[in-house]
Amino acid sequence: MNKTVNHKAWFFVLPVLLLVAFNAIVPLITVVNYSVQETFGDNVFFWSGIAWFEDVLQSPRFHAALGRQLAFTFTILVIEVPLGVAIALAMPRKGIWVSVCLVLMAMPLLIPWNVVGAMWNIFALPEIGLLGKTLNSLGFDYNYTRQPGAAWFTLVMMDVWHWTSLVVLLAYAGLVSIPDAYYQAARIDGASPFAIFRYIQLPKMKRVLTIAILLRFMDSFNIYTEPSVLTGGGPGNSTTLLSIDLVKIALGQFDLGPAAAMSLVYFLVILLMSWIFYTLMTRNEEN
Amino acid sequence: MARITLSNLAHSYRPDPVSDADWALKELNLEWDDGGAYALLGPSGCGKTTLLNIISGLLTPTHGRVLFGDEDVTQLPTEKRHIAQVFQFPVVYDTMTVYDNLAFPLRNRRVDEATVRAKVAEIAEMTDLTSMLNRRASGLTADGKQKISLGRGLVRTDVNAILFDEPLTVIDPHLKFQLRSKLKELHNRIANTMIYVTHDQTEALTFADKVVVMNVGEVVQIGTPEELFETPQHVFVGHFIGSPGMNVIPCDVENGAAFIDGVRVATANEADAAVTKGELGVRPEFVTFSNDGLEARVVKVSDAGRFSIVETVCHGKPVKLVAPEGAPIPSETTRLAFKPDNTRIYVDGWLAGARGAA
Repeated sequence: MNKTVNHKAWFFVLPVLLLVAFNAIVPLITVVNYSVQETFGDNVFFWSGIAWFEDVLQSPRFHAALGRQLAFTFTILVIEVPLGVAIALAMPRKGIWVSVCLVLMAMPLLIPWNVVGAMWNIFALPEIGLLGKTLNSLGFDYNYTRQPGAAWFTLVMMDVWHWTSLVVLLAYAGLVSIPDAYYQAARIDGASPFAIFRYIQLPKMKRVLTIAILLRFMDSFNIYTEPSVLTGGGPGNSTTLLSIDLVKIALGQFDLGPAAAMSLVYFLVILLMSWIFYTLMTRNEEN
Repeated sequence: MARITLSNLAHSYRPDPVSDADWALKELNLEWDDGGAYALLGPSGCGKTTLLNIISGLLTPTHGRVLFGDEDVTQLPTEKRHIAQVFQFPVVYDTMTVYDNLAFPLRNRRVDEATVRAKVAEIAEMTDLTSMLNRRASGLTADGKQKISLGRGLVRTDVNAILFDEPLTVIDPHLKFQLRSKLKELHNRIANTMIYVTHDQTEALTFADKVVVMNVGEVVQIGTPEELFETPQHVFVGHFIGSPGMNVIPCDVENGAAFIDGVRVATANEADAAVTKGELGVRPEFVTFSNDGLEARVVKVSDAGRFSIVETVCHGKPVKLVAPEGAPIPSETTRLAFKPDNTRIYVDGWLAGARGAA
C-alpha cells in the first residue's frame, strides 16, 4: 500500500493549537516568566533566579495555607466519598423515583459557585440565617464570622452540600452498570449484604470512585469562589486556603514574583498528588 | 438432595394478569427426579429462565407451589434453598483469587477452613482449575470464569440441584464441546440433579436424560431425546427438534383419516371422528421417493455431507426429505411416500388423540 504523504493536513490542527496557546501555554509561560524576575513597576524587570521559590518554600505563611488546604481537602474527601457512596446505595434502581432522585442530586451542581457561597453566607448568619439562628436558639454559641471553628464547620458543610452529589452520581452510575446476575449469584452463594458490598459493588465502583476522588481532590484543592464569598478567608486567616492566599498576594499586595512562584508550586503539588493517587489506584489492575 | 415438585405453578411479571399473554409461565405441573439430568429447551422468551428462577427462589411464583422433597419452599429465600445456579454470563468475584472464589459459598456458610481447603482442592481438580487456584479470577478467559461459576455450585455439599441458565452462550465453539462433556462427566460422578436451560437442541439432547420442551410459557412435551424425535406431541416439538425440522402439511380429515387433495395418507394415529381439518406431521427422515404416493416436484437439493436435503413442493405445500448420500434424486416431478408408522395427524397443533386434541 502506498500512502499519500500530504503534510497540509497539519493545518487543520492550527486552530486548536492557537486556542491552547492563548488560553494555556502563553499564560503559563508568563507566570514562569514572572516567577524568576523582580519588578518595581513601570514594566522594568530584573532577573532574580530561584529566589522567589526559596522564599515561598520557606515561608511560614505558605506552610500554614498549605496545611489548611490539606486539612480542608482531607476532611471533605473523608465525608463526601463515604456519604456519596452511601446515598448512591440507598437510591432506587428502578421506577419513577430514579429520575426524581437524579434531578434532586444534580440540583446543587447546577447552582453557580458564588451563589452557593452567598446562600450559605446568609443561611449561616447567627441573627437571621436559618442555620445560624437555629443553632443559636438550640443553645450552641455559633458565629462563623468570629469563631474559626464555626467558620470551618460552615465551610465544610457548604462543600459537602455542594459536591457530594457529584460522588453520588458517579457512584450511582457505577452501581447501575452491575448486571443482575452478580446479585443473583451472590444470593445463591449465600453472601451477606456486607459481602455483596465488599466483593461486588465496591470493586465494580472502583473506576468511577477513582475518578470521583480525583475530581474532588483537584476541585477542592483549587477551591476559591465559595470560601471567598462565605468567609473571605477569615476570621483572621483561619479559612485562608491556598487559592485565597494566592489572590491576596497577587492582587492585594501585587507581589507578582512571589505570587507566580507560589502558583507554580501550587500547580506542581496538585499534579504530583493526583499522579501518585492515580498510579496507586490503577497499579493493582495490571497484575 | 431431593425430588423437586412444581405444582400448579404459574407466573406473571404483571401485577394483574388477565389475558393469556400476560402469563410468562402458564400453569404447569412437573416433577424432577433426584439425580436426573434434565434440559429445559425452548426458543428465547418461552419462560425457561422464569421457571429456573422460580426453582432457585430468585422469583416468587404468582401462584402454585415448589416442593423440595416434601418441604414447601415456595416462600423460602434463595440462600436457604440449597440450590446452585450458573448464569449465562460468567459471574466471578473480580478481586478474589480463583481459590477464594471457590471457597466463597462455603465461607459464607461458616464452614471451617480445613474442610474448605479439602473441598476446594477436590472441585478444582474436577474442573481443571488446580493450576490456577492462586491467580486473580478477573484474569481468566470466559470459559475459565464459567468453570469457576460452576465450581462454586459444585463445592457445596448441601445442594439439592444445580441449575444452568444457558451457561455456554459466551463460550467459544471449540470449548463448548469440552465443557459439555465435562458437565456430563460431572453429573455421572456426583449424581446431583441438574437442570440445564438452553435454546440449542444439540446441547439439550446431548446433556439430558430427559428434555422438557417449552413454548410460549407452557410445557409442550417431556421426554427422552428419542421420544421427542420419534413421537413429537406437538408440531412445535417436531419443528424445533431435528434438523431439518418435521414437515407439517395441512390436510383434510374424514372419519379420523388424513387426506391430501383426496389422496388417503396412512398414519400411525387417528383423529376424532368430528374433526375435518388437521395437519400431517412427518419428519424428513421418513419421507422417501417412490413410484406411487403423492405427486411432488423437486425444487432444491442441498448437500449436507453424508446426506442431502431435498426440498419439494407436494400438492402446493413445501415438503422436505432427507436422501442418503449418492441416492438417485429424481429431477422435476416424482412421487413421495410417507412411512406410516412415523406419520401422524395433529389437530390444533397437538397430536391427535393425545392431550389437547379436539
